[in-house]
Amino acid sequence: MSSVADPSPAIAAPRGGQPLRRLLHDPMGLLGLILVAAFVAMALFAPWAAPYDPLKIDVANKLKPPSMAHWAGTDQLGRDTLSRLIWGARTALAIALTATGIAGVIGLALGLIAGYGPRWLDGILVLIFDSLSSMPMIMFALAVITVVGPGTPTLILVIVLVSIPGYARLIRTQTLGLKTADFILAERAMGASPLRILLWHLLPNVVGPLVIILSMDIPVVIMLEAGLSYLNLGVKPPVPSWGNILYDGYTNLRQSPVMVIAAGIPLILATIGFTFLGEGLRDALDPRLQVRPR
Amino acid sequence: MLSYATKRIGLAILILFVVMLAMYAMVFLVPGDPASLALGPRATPELKAQLIERMGLDQPIYIQVWNFFRNAATGDLGYDVWSKRPVLDQILEVFPNTLFLGAVALGWALVLGIALGCIAVVYRGTLTDAVLGLLSVSMISVPSFVIALYSLVIFSVWLGWLPAIGAGEKGDWGSQLRAVILPAFAIGIPWVGYLARLVRASMLKVMGANHIRTARAFGLPERRIMTHYALRIAIIPTIAIIAVGFGSILSSAVFVETVFSRPGIGTLITSAVSKRNYPAVMGTVLFMTAFYLFVVTAADLLIARLDPRVRDVFRG
Repeated sequence: MSSVADPSPAIAAPRGGQPLRRLLHDPMGLLGLILVAAFVAMALFAPWAAPYDPLKIDVANKLKPPSMAHWAGTDQLGRDTLSRLIWGARTALAIALTATGIAGVIGLALGLIAGYGPRWLDGILVLIFDSLSSMPMIMFALAVITVVGPGTPTLILVIVLVSIPGYARLIRTQTLGLKTADFILAERAMGASPLRILLWHLLPNVVGPLVIILSMDIPVVIMLEAGLSYLNLGVKPPVPSWGNILYDGYTNLRQSPVMVIAAGIPLILATIGFTFLGEGLRDALDPRLQVRPR
Repeated sequence: MLSYATKRIGLAILILFVVMLAMYAMVFLVPGDPASLALGPRATPELKAQLIERMGLDQPIYIQVWNFFRNAATGDLGYDVWSKRPVLDQILEVFPNTLFLGAVALGWALVLGIALGCIAVVYRGTLTDAVLGLLSVSMISVPSFVIALYSLVIFSVWLGWLPAIGAGEKGDWGSQLRAVILPAFAIGIPWVGYLARLVRASMLKVMGANHIRTARAFGLPERRIMTHYALRIAIIPTIAIIAVGFGSILSSAVFVETVFSRPGIGTLITSAVSKRNYPAVMGTVLFMTAFYLFVVTAADLLIARLDPRVRDVFRG
């Protein structure tokens, strides 16, 4: 999923100073950190932060414009849009963390195997990664959804499948670079088992860039979740998801454009926040990784 | 060059083969057959038997796979479950719309992105550069379908300046142009940001090169150095990025076309997915993957022509 401009075999040496302090001194990174913190807080404290039950239907008050009682108006079933948006943060965060977490672990394992394992296995794995990443991402996602059927588990499966090749390739390049490093050769000469070398020596050295890439992919995953939910192919209603709310707003656009406008704001702020934070982290830790639109 | 081209095209064909195999294998990995998948639980046995026969599902697997590859090679991507029309016909009907949308989106993004990238280089290190940098990252990270929805609300619903749905009348260029503006705007925004960053980075690298210093020593005006000597070289990596980016443009097109109910590959495939119209989805995915591979391979070959170093890397 991520592109790596110039894959570096090892983590770049810090350019002096603590990474965290450098992040806080970078206005972009600081803004990103604030936005992400707000988003995470919204997701964690949704039950207390939301003024209403996000599923409570009140047809008498449907499609109301913003008011003191309903700051962001109500939807076509009279549900409070603001409460649904706050709960939507929880949906987005839960899916993003689960999916990138699973994809990261599998990508890490496959990348280590491809990089350190036998050459024929490496060849097969690389061909599979290349094939997967040579399909336009959304096309592959839609194919999987057709076969498995839409829903939250499918959504996570889809995100995991489209993300793995990028992570695995990143780890593979790093592993290949380290394979012949002196300290690995020394371990081998001392008779360390391949498993020990992989887990104790290679893993800690290759995991850094992966963490950066994972954090930079979170906005992409949030976007994909919202997009597919918007197409009715992701999170199933009535679960509040930003994509579902955007879709409800879209179908009721003429009566109440408020819903679309309101639902777009947290989505934009969250993706911008994560991207800024990712950029800041990248600059602070490893300036050689790069993002591109997907 | 020839050996590089052969290898590159061979790889593309191999990848397409693996993708087809994966597509086909996917159907067998899930419980239930494609016929009942498409028809749903309420299908009558007769209807199902009919569809199974039409899709060739009653034959042994190896014959099915063989037929699938043979048909795909001759351009036969199967038949739509509902309309019973050839999938390829449906694709070719709407594909020009998507291609036009992608081209317009990429076109305006290129012009603005390169311009902004050059401005950032001219004012490097100043506030302008910092603001442009922040703006680029923001543009990259905003989802294009949200931009599409917002521009739909503002320019179609509130102001009524531009059409909210469709791709314009056939043969009427004016209406087609009006219909493409908003979707192309939405798809292009992330690319403006991305290209601006890319051009800035690659220009900065080139600006330090010897021939630029020579040009400066000759006393050539800065503007001429930028356009004639720096940009020409700095643009090469952009070609590769644009080709790869076509995939992401197609992805955004899927969402944006749906927002504007614009006939195209995106609306075709999303409606097929929600109806679980298996042959139509698989056909479209295959077609788009083949198209995408073609674009990427063509770009690689073009770059290899422009920059001989690339060929050598592949050889070694």
